[in-house]
Amino acid sequence: MRRVYFDHSATTPVHPRVAEEMYRFLTDSNYGNPTSLHYFGRIARQAVEEAREKVARAIGADPREIVFTSGGTESDNMAIHGIAYTNRNRGNHIITSAVEHHAVLNTVKALGKQGFTVTILPVDQYGMVSVDEVAEAITDKTILITIMHANNEVGTIMPIAEIGKLAKEKGIIFHTDAVQSFGKIPVNVDELGVDLLSISGHKFYGPKGVGALYIRKGTRWKQTLFHGGAQERLRRAGTENVPGIIGLGKAAELAVENMAAENEMLQALRDKLIREVKNRFKHVRLTGHPVLRLPNHASFCFEYIEGESMLLSLDMKGVAASSGSACTSGSLEPSHVLLAMGIPPEVAHGSIRLTLGKDNTEEDVDYFLEVMEPIVERLRSMSPLSEETGYDLDRCNGCRISHTCRA
Amino acid sequence: MYSEKVMDHFANPRNVGEIPDADGIGEVGNPVCGDIMKIYIKVKDDVITDIKFKTFGCGAAIATSSMVTEMARGKTLEEAMKLSNKQVAEALDGLPPQKMHCSNLAADALHAAIADYRKKHSA
Repeated sequence: MRRVYFDHSATTPVHPRVAEEMYRFLTDSNYGNPTSLHYFGRIARQAVEEAREKVARAIGADPREIVFTSGGTESDNMAIHGIAYTNRNRGNHIITSAVEHHAVLNTVKALGKQGFTVTILPVDQYGMVSVDEVAEAITDKTILITIMHANNEVGTIMPIAEIGKLAKEKGIIFHTDAVQSFGKIPVNVDELGVDLLSISGHKFYGPKGVGALYIRKGTRWKQTLFHGGAQERLRRAGTENVPGIIGLGKAAELAVENMAAENEMLQALRDKLIREVKNRFKHVRLTGHPVLRLPNHASFCFEYIEGESMLLSLDMKGVAASSGSACTSGSLEPSHVLLAMGIPPEVAHGSIRLTLGKDNTEEDVDYFLEVMEPIVERLRSMSPLSEETGYDLDRCNGCRISHTCRA
Repeated sequence: MYSEKVMDHFANPRNVGEIPDADGIGEVGNPVCGDIMKIYIKVKDDVITDIKFKTFGCGAAIATSSMVTEMARGKTLEEAMKLSNKQVAEALDGLPPQKMHCSNLAADALHAAIADYRKKHSA
């Protein structure tokens, strides 16, 4: 069966050149602990520092400003928790947005139960945060603004540089989660005006389980979560994940090298995908911003059918996609991102996300369109909902399973 | 992860559709919750002679709807009223824990269709 992978925002395949570099550090005499003074340790240390330089160069930072972590979630936790507790004497107010990844949103909410006050900014219909609303939310107690660079579910690119400028004027520390944007659009810490920035290796053809946190020199930040050894200049305890770090460095280098060419190709495929879905299907809406979106990202809500049913059907045809539908999230609630954008829950249940990658082709897009047509037709023919019935909300029998239930 | 039986009923659902002159119709769920099941029955001499469904929902919702129609067909109303959510889930070789509410809906929709029939034919 033909297999089409359209889930690159979930994870990417490891680039063969990344795997090669990593392999060298899983074999031969390259197994040293970078903290060790001996020959074996020195080889590992040198490779880790080279990887740090590569990551730094990719985002316009100084290598000393890069800390290696276990991935995006740790980078976000470490950034937010560290800033909050290190700056508690200056204030206790944190600003974030309603569409953040749970690694940010749940960290901020947890701090909300530990004496911090939290402002969760709304977004517009495209999932975009307004710079004016960030400005209005700032108080003399605000110590941190954390807003993602690009949204993982709908691909919308946030006005980070403008928020960065505002944060700098007000002297407030600014963190951005760049897990989805890095490798897909230019990410430069000075141009964006950020003090902290999270990235994750497996989102740009690197390995899983490794990421980095950029911490601008002079930022009042301390490690507040991990206790242990003095690795990463006291910023992250624990023996370095040497093969992972080397893979991350190589992947970052390749991402910047290939970005322009890849983007041109991805954007053409994405545009065709969006155009054709709109042409071929009725009652479908694009989610996220029509223009200010990641070049590889297409996401939709198909009305009157449910997301997981679409995913299962696509998978049976060899197409891998994802959904913000409640049923795929392991909870019963549809995506917090789609709800924050004002999409009604009954429509949000029909969401599907298609994220393209460097190995996709136009034939993949054509194949998806070809198999999607009968899937939508079949599921709609099975659905008691249609254009005719609409979403009649009076029919609820009061199951009250979902928190979004209006009954 | 779904069992093979769930995937089979999702891919090849039994008894999909509507019965235009149904003797009873039951509907449960809500589009806001992401599941609606509608079950149509034909009844003769207290026996369910035909049954069809339409469902908006996830893989488990479709599979449980399909399974409940298979289990109820040919049963007396009394027997069908005793079909439980647990039996539907068991007949599908189990459901992931967060999907158990789908099986609740399937049996409930059947019971609602029978109640509708009884209401219409109580005289």
